[in-house]
Amino acid sequence: MSLEPQELDDLTSKIGRKPTPTELQIVAAEWSEHCSYKSSKIHLKMLPMKGPLVISEKGYDSGVLDVGDGYVITAHIESHNHPSAVEPYGGAATGVGGVIRDILSTGTRPIAILDGLRFGDIEKDLQARWLFKNAVTGIADYGNCLGIPTIGGEVEFDECYSNYALVDVAAIGFGKKKDLIKNHANRGDLVVLLGGSTGRDGIGGSQFASDSLESEDRSAVQIPDPFIEKLIIETILEARNQNLINAMKDLGGGGLSCAVSETADALSIGIEMDVDKVHTRESDMSPDEIMVSESQERMLIITNNEKLKKLEKICNKFHVKCSVIGHVTSDSMMHVKKGKKTCANLPTTVVANAHLLDRPSKKPSYLENIEQEKKLSPISNYSKMMMRLLSSPNIASKIWIYGQYDHEVGIRTVIKPGKDASVLRLDNGKFLAAKIDGNPKHCYINPREGAIGCFEEACRNVVCTGAKPIGMLDHLQFGNPENPEIFWTFLESLKGLTDFAKYFEIPCVGGKVSLYNETPSGPIKPTPLIGILGLIEKKPLHSQKITSGDYLVIIGETKNELGGSEYFEYIHKFVGGKCPIVNFKESKTNMNAVLDVIGKDFLKAVHDCSKGGLAVAVSELCMINQIGCDVSLEKVPGPKLDADRTLFSESHSRYLVVLDKKNLKKLEEYLRKNKVSYNLIGQFGGENIRFSSGHKPIIDLRVDKAQKTWFNSLKELVHG
Amino acid sequence: MKVGIIVFPGSNCDRDMYHVLTDVFKLKAEYFWHEKGLPKNIDAIILPGGFSYGDRLRSGAIAAHSPIINDVRKMAEKGIPILGVCNGFQILVEAGLLPGALLKNTSLNFMCKWTNLIVENNKTPFTNKLKLHQKIPIPIANGEGRYYVDDDTLKKLKRTNQIVFRYSEVVNGSTDRIAGVCNEDGNVVGMMPHPERATESEINPIDNKPSSLIFESLIKTIGVKN
Repeated sequence: MSLEPQELDDLTSKIGRKPTPTELQIVAAEWSEHCSYKSSKIHLKMLPMKGPLVISEKGYDSGVLDVGDGYVITAHIESHNHPSAVEPYGGAATGVGGVIRDILSTGTRPIAILDGLRFGDIEKDLQARWLFKNAVTGIADYGNCLGIPTIGGEVEFDECYSNYALVDVAAIGFGKKKDLIKNHANRGDLVVLLGGSTGRDGIGGSQFASDSLESEDRSAVQIPDPFIEKLIIETILEARNQNLINAMKDLGGGGLSCAVSETADALSIGIEMDVDKVHTRESDMSPDEIMVSESQERMLIITNNEKLKKLEKICNKFHVKCSVIGHVTSDSMMHVKKGKKTCANLPTTVVANAHLLDRPSKKPSYLENIEQEKKLSPISNYSKMMMRLLSSPNIASKIWIYGQYDHEVGIRTVIKPGKDASVLRLDNGKFLAAKIDGNPKHCYINPREGAIGCFEEACRNVVCTGAKPIGMLDHLQFGNPENPEIFWTFLESLKGLTDFAKYFEIPCVGGKVSLYNETPSGPIKPTPLIGILGLIEKKPLHSQKITSGDYLVIIGETKNELGGSEYFEYIHKFVGGKCPIVNFKESKTNMNAVLDVIGKDFLKAVHDCSKGGLAVAVSELCMINQIGCDVSLEKVPGPKLDADRTLFSESHSRYLVVLDKKNLKKLEEYLRKNKVSYNLIGQFGGENIRFSSGHKPIIDLRVDKAQKTWFNSLKELVHG
Repeated sequence: MKVGIIVFPGSNCDRDMYHVLTDVFKLKAEYFWHEKGLPKNIDAIILPGGFSYGDRLRSGAIAAHSPIINDVRKMAEKGIPILGVCNGFQILVEAGLLPGALLKNTSLNFMCKWTNLIVENNKTPFTNKLKLHQKIPIPIANGEGRYYVDDDTLKKLKRTNQIVFRYSEVVNGSTDRIAGVCNEDGNVVGMMPHPERATESEINPIDNKPSSLIFESLIKTIGVKN
C-alpha cells in the first residue's frame, strides 16, 4: 500500500518537497504495477500497434478499428485475477463491468463480451470448483443484466492456478466513426463524476493486484452493480448523441487518482477538484479514501457549462447521479482540495508517469531439461482412454458455462458459442468473428513458441468462420517480475507475439499486463492470452449438417509435438517434451488457403485442430453432428509417427475440412496448385468414431456414448 | 398503425424489438419511457425483455409499479393487443394483468438455449396466423422463467383457453410446461421465450418462419402495414 523507498525519493526530488499523505496515496495507486506498467512498458513498445484500419486518439482505453462504411469496432481486454481469487462472484462481475466502461469511454456501444477463465484442478480441488462456479455466475449475472451477449471464451484447469483464478474479460464495441469521442478539453471546462457513489469498497485495489496473493483482502474487492452500469451506458450514449461529452474516462484501478491524472496528462491540461463534491456512499470518508476508492460504475467526463444542463437532464431521466467535482486548468497540475484546503497539488506528468524499470531477466533453470521425454507407460485400451479424455474438464463441452450466458441478446450473434469462433453481424452488412485463446501448458515448456501458438490458434479459430484477422488483443499474465526467471518468460512471450504480429501484419489494438500472479505455493505458468478479431466481408461459413458419405480432409502437417499436450499431461501426468512450434510460412499458406476455399462456397464445415489433437477435433465434429467417421491415421500428412502421437499431437496450422464427395476434386486442385500440405483422411457415416492405422483399429467409440460423456461431464462435476 | 415499446430502466431487448418491428415487419414503432403516459393512438403495446430495475426484489416487481402501467392497464381493458416478452411477461404478471408467477428455473441457473414451443391457443392477436399445435423454434434466456400456477388456476386456465404456448420438452420446471399465457379476453399475452430473436434467418439456425407468424398475426390484427 505504499511506495518503495527509492520511489519516495524520486517523488520528493521531482516535486522538491515532502509529499502530503494524500499525495502519497495518489502516487502509490498510480505508480502501482497495475496502473503504471512500470515493469513492462519499455518492452511493450515492440508490438506493432499501427495498421491501415487502426484509429488512434488521445487517451483511449480501448482499440479502435475501422470496419468500413463509416463504422468502427472497439475492443479491449482486462483481467480481474486477484479479486476473483478471493471473491470470485464480485471479482469476475466487476471484471466485466470495468472492460465494458473502457469500450463505452470511446463513445461506442458495447456489443459483446468474451471471457477466459482459469482455475486449479476442479476434479480434485473443491476450492477450485467453488471459484469456477461462482466466477461463472458472476459473469453471467453482470453481462446478462447489461444485455450484452457473452459470445465466447475459453476455460482451462491446471494445478498451477490452485488457490487462484485468472478471470480475463474482453469486450467489443460498435458505433459510427463520427460518434467517437475525440477527447479534448479547454481551460474552464467542467470535470464531472457520473455514476455510482464512491464508497470504501476496492480501496487499494490496484496495489492489492500489484503484489503476490498472500492474504484474502476482501475489502480490496469491488462490489458489482450491473443495474447502475446499464443506466450509465444509456446515459452516456444519449449524452454522446447530443454531443455533450468533450472527454471521457472510465474509473478503474486507482480510482479517481488514476482517472484524473491520466486524463490531465493525456490532454496536457491541469485539473482542480474538490473531494467534498464527490457523491459518496458514506459521509465520513477521508480525502485519501475518496481518491483511491475503486468503487465501480463510475465515469469521469469533461464537459462545459453550456452542455452541463443537458447532461444533468439525461442523468435525471435515468436517475444516475452526476457531480461537478472540478474544472480544467492550464497549469498541468492535479490539484486536489477538500473545501478550501489543499490536499494534493502535483504535476500530472509526475503522477501519470512512474519511473519505468528495465528489469533483469535470466532463462529459468527448469527449462534446461524440459524437452526431454520420459518413457510413457503403455495404454492398453485407447478407446477407454479416449472416453476419459473427452470427459476431462479441459476437453469436455463448455455448454454448462455458455448456457448460463445470454449470448443472443442484441440479435447480432450469427454463429453462437461452442464453435471455433463466434460471429456477430454488423450494421454495414459485414460480420465480425472473435475468439480468445491461451495455452499455459505450451507456454510453460516454451514461453516464446507457446505464446506464438496462442496467437495462431486464435487466428485459426476466426479463419474457420471465413474471417480475416484484423486486430489482436494481448493479455500477458505472469508471476512476480522481480524474479529474473519469470521476467525472462514474459520477454520471450512478448518477443514471440511481436514476431508473429509483424509477419502477419496484425496490429495489437489493445492489451493488458498482469503481473504478481502468485500464491504462497508459487507463480502461475506463463499465461499470455490472445484475442483475435476477424472481419468477414460477405458471409460467414455456417457449418452445415454433416451427412453420411461426406469427406474429411486435413490441411497442415501433424508433427511429433506433444509437449504440453492434454495427452501427456492429463493421461500420462507428464509435463515436458517438445511443444508445438508454428512455422510462419506454413501457417500463412494454410491460413490463406482455408480463407480462399471458404470463399468458394463449397465446404460444409471447417474445424480447428488444437487441444487434444486430431482425435479430439474429429470427435467434436462427430459428436456435434451425431454421425460416425472412419479415419486412417497413416494418411495424415507429416513425418511418420506412432499412432498415439498422430492422434494426440497438438501441432499448429492444422484445419479439418468437411465437404461433399463431389467437391473433392475442386478442393484438391486448389490445394495442390498452392502447394498446401493436405490429405483426404476419412469419411463420415455410421454410428462409430473410428481411428485405424493400416487397417488396425486403434480407437472405436459409439458417437452417442461419446457425445453424452463429452456434453454432460462438466455439469456433473460441478453439480456433483 | 403504431406499436408502442415500453422502456423501463434496465430493459435491454427494447432495441431488438424495435429493429424487428420496423426493419423486418415494416411497422411503425415508438419507444415510451416508463415515467411517461401513453398516447391514445397506439394500436398495440409491447413490453420487451431485460432486467428492469436489475431484477431487484423480484423480476418485474418494481417495474409493475411504474406510472406507465396505469395506461397499459387502461389499454388492456379496451382490448388493445399487449405482448410481454420475458421480463415484459414478468412485469405483466406482477402487475396482475396476467395470472400466475414466474419462479427461479429448477436448474437454479440462468438458461440461454434454443427450444421449441407448441401453439396451444391460436385465437390471440399474436397467434392468429399460427396453426394449433404448430412448433416454433425459439430461444429462451432467463433465470426466473418457471411459470407457476396452483392446480385450481391451472384448471381454470385450461377451461378458459388461456394457455397460449407450451414447451415441447421439460425446460425449466414450468407448471404443465407452460411458456406463455393470455388474459381471459385474450388480448394480453405474455411469453418467456424471445420471438424477436427468431424472426430472421441470419440469426435463427433452425427455422425463422414460425416465430415470424407471431408478428404477422399482430399485423393481421391491427390492420395493414403502415
